[in-house]
Amino acid sequence: MAQLTLPAEKQKPTRNKVNQTNMAYLYLVPAFVVMAVITFYPLIYQVIVSFTNFETKHLLKGLASTDLQFIGLDNYIKILTGGLPVQNFEFFRVLTYNLWWAVTNVLVHVPAGVLIAVALNVQGLWFKKIYRALYILPVVVPPLVVATVWRNIFDEQYGAMNQFLTAMVQLFSAAADPVRIRWLAEFTPPIPFLLPGVPLPLAYYAMMIANFWLGWPFMTLVATGALQSIPKDLYEAASMDGASAVQQFWNVTVPMLRPAMVPAAIYGFTLSFNLFNFVYFMTQGGPARSTEILVTFAYDLVRNLRLFGAAAAFAVIVFFVSTIIFLITNRLTRATESYTEA
Amino acid sequence: MAATSNPISRLLNINTSGEKGGRNLPLWRQLLLQVLCLIIAAEVLFPIMYVVTLSLSSQTTRPSSLELFPKEFSLVAFQQVLDHPTANPVSFLELLRNSFVLSFGVGLLALLVAVTAAYAFSRFKFKGRAFLMILVFVPLLMPAVGLSTPLYLLMNSIRVVNCGESIAIVPFFQCASGAGKLIFNLRDSLMGVGIAMTAGALPFAVWNLKGYLDTIPKELEEAAMIDGADFNRVFFQIVLPLATPQLAVTFFLGFIGHWQEFALSWLFLSKPQDYTLSMTLYNMTGQYAQNIPWNRFSAMAIIVALPVAIIYMVLQKQIVGGLTAGGVKE
Repeated sequence: MAQLTLPAEKQKPTRNKVNQTNMAYLYLVPAFVVMAVITFYPLIYQVIVSFTNFETKHLLKGLASTDLQFIGLDNYIKILTGGLPVQNFEFFRVLTYNLWWAVTNVLVHVPAGVLIAVALNVQGLWFKKIYRALYILPVVVPPLVVATVWRNIFDEQYGAMNQFLTAMVQLFSAAADPVRIRWLAEFTPPIPFLLPGVPLPLAYYAMMIANFWLGWPFMTLVATGALQSIPKDLYEAASMDGASAVQQFWNVTVPMLRPAMVPAAIYGFTLSFNLFNFVYFMTQGGPARSTEILVTFAYDLVRNLRLFGAAAAFAVIVFFVSTIIFLITNRLTRATESYTEA
Repeated sequence: MAATSNPISRLLNINTSGEKGGRNLPLWRQLLLQVLCLIIAAEVLFPIMYVVTLSLSSQTTRPSSLELFPKEFSLVAFQQVLDHPTANPVSFLELLRNSFVLSFGVGLLALLVAVTAAYAFSRFKFKGRAFLMILVFVPLLMPAVGLSTPLYLLMNSIRVVNCGESIAIVPFFQCASGAGKLIFNLRDSLMGVGIAMTAGALPFAVWNLKGYLDTIPKELEEAAMIDGADFNRVFFQIVLPLATPQLAVTFFLGFIGHWQEFALSWLFLSKPQDYTLSMTLYNMTGQYAQNIPWNRFSAMAIIVALPVAIIYMVLQKQIVGGLTAGGVKE
């Protein structure tokens, strides 16, 4: 960009350094003042509230309420041991389901995204531009709209999914009854022992279908970008060595895609893990909290159950879970980075 | 290309390099890929066509069979939504204004506050830099819902009160003559929701801008410094103009992110005249919406989706590039 080359002036004067430090603090003032008021103070307040039995009746006077009690770690213990006055809630089941939900989504989205990107990258494919433009559509639709639309699609009586299945069935026998699958309401898991201890109701599969629609195009987008930056001579060298296209895929394409796809997969994982709008709009965590994830339950504690003390404690726990996940994924990203440099 | 005997591996024997093999893709393979691409296209288009068809129908009854192509092009559902979006006495323009004010305000405020901090983190070396950076980015780990309890409780205790002559903000200022007349509760107002949203938007804006500023070469700034420009001039006259594209992307990401914001508004707001479009959409589906015709719901879904879709399509390259660049770095 700049053509100016500087004379080697490594030794910066100390006055400049002091000035620089002061300048930096000055530049940080706006953000930190705002964050102090609307982020850090609330975070501290949250921790304090999490040690109390804060409920609706304390709303008016807040922490100054006379009947507000400090109950120590009681909220935390109740959350972890299922002692909350909430039906169908066990912390570790919800946590396991939440992790499973995020992992299975990524495991489906990434391979599908990569395969579709590879198919679209085939030289000489007709209508390539049209397909690329079409396939981007799910990325641009807001997830909450996607969720509401799919919720209607999975409607038991009027939904498109059952109507579609009915049409399929009636292709074979015209007299067949209309399909009436209770996608979002049926509690009995169709595959009982898929995840031990955690029932996966039909709604989970319905949400996987809807979120698949939402999820793979982003992965295709990232994979397409990465595919186009793979040097062509790698393939030439591979085919000169007699590698088949399948071998080229596994030995050239996949390793070269990895640096781009690992961060994308991690991004997708955290996104799915905290996919509040989508889950809340589609099932609200139901039936019987079987598709509840941590963030939707946290929200339910404040919004509907109004157990503010427990909600604060729950948010603190969610924060620790998110931090642990971040540390793990961060290490994964680092590991793959060094992989590319090695 | 190496010949393969196994039919399955021959089926999979698709050249992925995008280079060699050239234009002479065998016809059967071309057709096979076309079928695959069409199936995927059908999957993508299925819900979109479903909603579009529903929204263009004038029937207020629920669909009894699957229709994916519009039989009529009636705009009556859109008209009804625009005229009378909910059962509450709130007009579409008010809903639109609320959504717009919130997302525009939060996007802009977060950007303005974040930009100098992003610059400081990107360019200056100073004591406590690492610690302050952790402080800013730690809230990013927290899901947006995570701060909702304290923000709800804290803002619920702030009331704007009319004292007759003047306006006081309780509990910081009290009316001289004891209790006054409540004008609004900060929690139950668009301003309160906006403040709560900014708490989530700000760290993201700092992170996003810093990631981009790190990629701008420093030579230009250093040259200007040698020519005697001070930090402020460098910042305003060199860095800001160079970063304009990313400033726009950050703003628009904030805008579309909060255009679809639902959790905080649904938690904080109780007056129908403060409702946003996404809250209205939520009200139009599920168990409480048995009497909302699906054509109207579909029209609303399209209206909510459209601004986001347009912004995203226009800025697609920058948004994806910015997100992945910021993610890989750090």
